[in-house]
Order: sequence, then C-alpha cells, then structure tokens
Amino acid sequence: MTTRGIRTAVAALIALALAALAACGNSDDNAGPGPVTATSGAVTGTVTVFAAASLTGSFTQIGKDFEAANPGSKVTFNFAGSPALATQINEGAPADVFASAAPKNMQTVTDAGNGDGAPTTFVKNQLVIAVPRSNPDGIKGLADLAKPGVKVALCTEQVPCGAAAKKALATANVKITPVTLEQDVKAALSKVRLGEVDAALVYRTDVKAAASDVDGIEFPESANAINEYPIIVLKNAPNRAGAQAFVTLVLSDKGKTVLTQAGFQSP
Amino acid sequence: MVRAVRQDAVARSEVATPPSRRTQRIPAPLLLPAIAGLAFLVLPLAGLVIRTPWASLPQRLGESGALTALRLSLQTATIATLVCLMLGVPLAWLLARVEFVGRRAVRALVTVPLVLPPVVGGVALLLVFGRKGVLGAWLDATFGFTLPFTTTGVVVAEAFVAMPFLVIAVEGALRGADDRYEEAAATLGAGRWTTFTHVTLPLVAPGVAAGAVLCWARALGEFGATITFAGNYPGITQTMPLAVYQTMEGGDLDGAVVLSLILLTVSVTILAALRDKWITSA
Repeated sequence: MTTRGIRTAVAALIALALAALAACGNSDDNAGPGPVTATSGAVTGTVTVFAAASLTGSFTQIGKDFEAANPGSKVTFNFAGSPALATQINEGAPADVFASAAPKNMQTVTDAGNGDGAPTTFVKNQLVIAVPRSNPDGIKGLADLAKPGVKVALCTEQVPCGAAAKKALATANVKITPVTLEQDVKAALSKVRLGEVDAALVYRTDVKAAASDVDGIEFPESANAINEYPIIVLKNAPNRAGAQAFVTLVLSDKGKTVLTQAGFQSP
Repeated sequence: MVRAVRQDAVARSEVATPPSRRTQRIPAPLLLPAIAGLAFLVLPLAGLVIRTPWASLPQRLGESGALTALRLSLQTATIATLVCLMLGVPLAWLLARVEFVGRRAVRALVTVPLVLPPVVGGVALLLVFGRKGVLGAWLDATFGFTLPFTTTGVVVAEAFVAMPFLVIAVEGALRGADDRYEEAAATLGAGRWTTFTHVTLPLVAPGVAAGAVLCWARALGEFGATITFAGNYPGITQTMPLAVYQTMEGGDLDGAVVLSLILLTVSVTILAALRDKWITSA
C-alpha cells in the first residue's frame, strides 16, 4: 500500500469512528424525555419499557395503541427474562417502566430503591404443556413428561416460568430430566416450534401466540403455580410522564382487553 | 566469555538499528490512539477484577457447578480442536498447494463462519443437524441419534466456529514455507503423501501449533452457536460461557463475575504456557 493509500485508509477509519460516536450520541438523545407536557395528558418522546418475555405479543400491541393515542410518542421494548431485566435496571439501564413475570424480580428492583411507589399486579398467567401440533407423543399430563424418550425443555429456575415449572412438578410429585434449561419462556417455546423437543412447560399465553405450530395441554397442578405480573414506573425514568401514561393504559379496560385476548387472567 | 559474546551481540544489533529510529519522537497521532486502544482492551478486564467478591470467592469456587462447567469447557474445546486439526490441516493444504477450479470461492466459503455471527451459525447448524434438519432427520431415522442437547453437539458447534481460524493460520504457514524442500523431496522420488508427512508438516509445525492454539481459544469462548444449537444443561451442554450467561441472567452478578474470572484465569494461564512452549520457539 502506498503512503497515500494508508493515509486515506486512516482518514476513513477516523471518519467511521466519529460517525459511530455521533450515532451513539443521537440514540442517547432519543432515549431522553423529549418535550413533555404532563398536564395536558398528551405524551411525546420515547417510552422505554422493560418487560418479561411472555408479554412480548400483548405489550407490542399495547405499545402500538399507545403510539396511536399519543402522536409524537414512541414505545421501545426490551423483552427478556425478568431477573435479567431487574439486573439491568439496578445496573443503571435507562428504563421508564418495568413489568415483571413474578413479584420476586420486581422486589429486586424495589428493594434497590429503583421503583417509584408500589408496583401494581396487572395480570396472572398459568403454565401449560406445549407440544407440537396434533400432539404426536400423546402427552396428557405432567406424568407423561417423565416417560423415557420424551425430550422436554424447561426454563431455568432463576426465571419465573422455571420457578413455576419447578413448583408444579413438585406438586405433581413428578421428576423429569429436561434436555435443556432455557433463559426465558420464548426460548423454551421455540425449541418446541423447531421440533427439537417433544414438550416444554410454558405459559398459556405463549401457546396461544404460537397456535399455528403448537398445542397446549392444560394440567391441574398449574393451579398451584400461578404467576402474578407486577408493573411499576421506575424512579430514574427518563420519561416519567410517558411511563405513567403507559402504565395507565396497561391497567385500563383497553389494555385489559388486549391482555385477556392473549390468554392472561385478571389478577 | 559468555558475557563477552552477549555484549558483542548487543553491540551488533545496535549497529543494525538505524540511530534515527531511536531518537525520533513517537508521533502523537499514533501514540494517543494506541494508548486509548490499550485502555479500551484492558479496562473491562480490570473492571472484572475490581468487582470480584474476594471475600466469598473460596466458597463460590467450591460450588460444584462452576467446576463442572469448566471441565466441560476444557474437554469440548480440546476435542473440537483435535477435530479441526484432522479436517482443517488437509483443507489448508488443499487450498495452499493444489490448483483447482473455484479455489478462490472455496477459500471464501471457508472464512464465512469467521464473519458469521455465532448465533446465526447455531441456527444454521440446527437447520442441518437438528432433529428436523436436512441431515439430522436422516441421522435420527437411521441411527436414532440426534446432536442437539448432547456434548457432541457442543463439540460440533465449537468446531464449526473455530475451524476457519486454524485453516487460515495453517494455509498462511504453508504459503510462507519454502517449497524448494518439497520439490527436492519430489525429485528424490517421494510421493505427495510422503512429502506431506515428512517434509511439509514438520516445516509448518509452528504454524499448525499457532493455529491450533487460536482455534482452541475460540472454541473455549464459544457461546452463541452452542446455546442455540446444543442448548443449556449443566454437565452436558452448559460450558463456562453459558454458565456465566445463565448466572448473570438469573440476577446473580457476583456469581457471574466469579465464573468469568475463573474462565479468564484458566484460559490466560493455558495460553501463556502454550505460548512459551510453542509460539516463541517458532
């Protein structure tokens, strides 16, 4: 390479680095509150919602409704396992709203003093056995999951769906050896959709959202392992007005309709 | 006597270096980014050490889960490296020594896993070797054997991601090697196989060793393809990076830091030992 070639390359690299830095700066601005007129009720700017993976479908819908009702607003989501979200919030992630799939992970956040007020329980969710369409292995209940040759995916104990699964299996006095422990409920479900496992313990809402690929088998022991979902506005919310408006929408009749249609139960 | 010889060597090397290069100042446009780059690479590691809960460290080390994951990581990375050596060295030789149509295309294909995000690699592996995959369905139907959720699956994922590193290193060594030795061997009647085993391989051994170390390090750190393709179960598919991820996702930051520190210490120690043994002698 000639000296000039090297110089051009170096200049290009510096330009790229600067552009990347500028882009970072921009995204920070977008995450900021923006012009907020709290009194009028109209909310603008970005609302950042950290929500349990099982809320993916319904919250995405509520987010669209929110944007339609508040022109100039934008809702961005971070869907993941609840404990991961709690850790991110406590480590200073710029979130406005936190919706957890279990009170335990909400408590992690409120105990660290990162919640604004007390959380509100907005829905409940129940486990079902997800199996491939038309249930090729003829699974009828939890006991069938212990049969040799049946491959089962569970969530890890640390995430709410895994904790609930453990509780349900203990209630049924069934011991199973899953082939994999997934980090959130959607990952467990996708193993069924891919056909890599024969069954997974997921929420009723997940099966409903994937009705074209999987069937849900209800089992009585799930009544002992019902998850309550709390939601809260975060203390360091960059867009407090937006956060409050979003939580209000989730708790409203309109929000409830979306959540019930997705298969959630009222608290 | 020894000292005199050494001084002589030093004197000679000083003569060999142009004096101007020593006295010239290091240009700031090079020095400052270099220091920033170094800090960028070192600071996160320092952060890991700073956040380590030293008080509870012995107790956490004793937790069996960490050692199980570490053992599995070391085993799978080593087996994956051996697989890569068996398949990758011949592939590198083919690319370096044999003229064939489409050689450039093949070389480009070999490097694809290098630029592919490992998660994509995992998805691709599932589509081929998964229970419903093109080859996987046949394996399942014929032998009743499936790769996902098995330790073999972990090795497959690691080998897929790590092999290009070995192939590129060995091919580079082969191209850099003096092929007159091989020609001499051929002139003396050695076939291609004999030439390969008796002349080429010893000649590029340091390059193969360097490639193997690189390959092993990449396999040890493999995460995306493993969790996507092989799943996550302690003792069977949960390697150290997966254990770190699960602990972190579970909200146990201290635990994740301890696991990271163990992996960092073990891999750096092994790489340093190998470096002394293999790389510097090259």
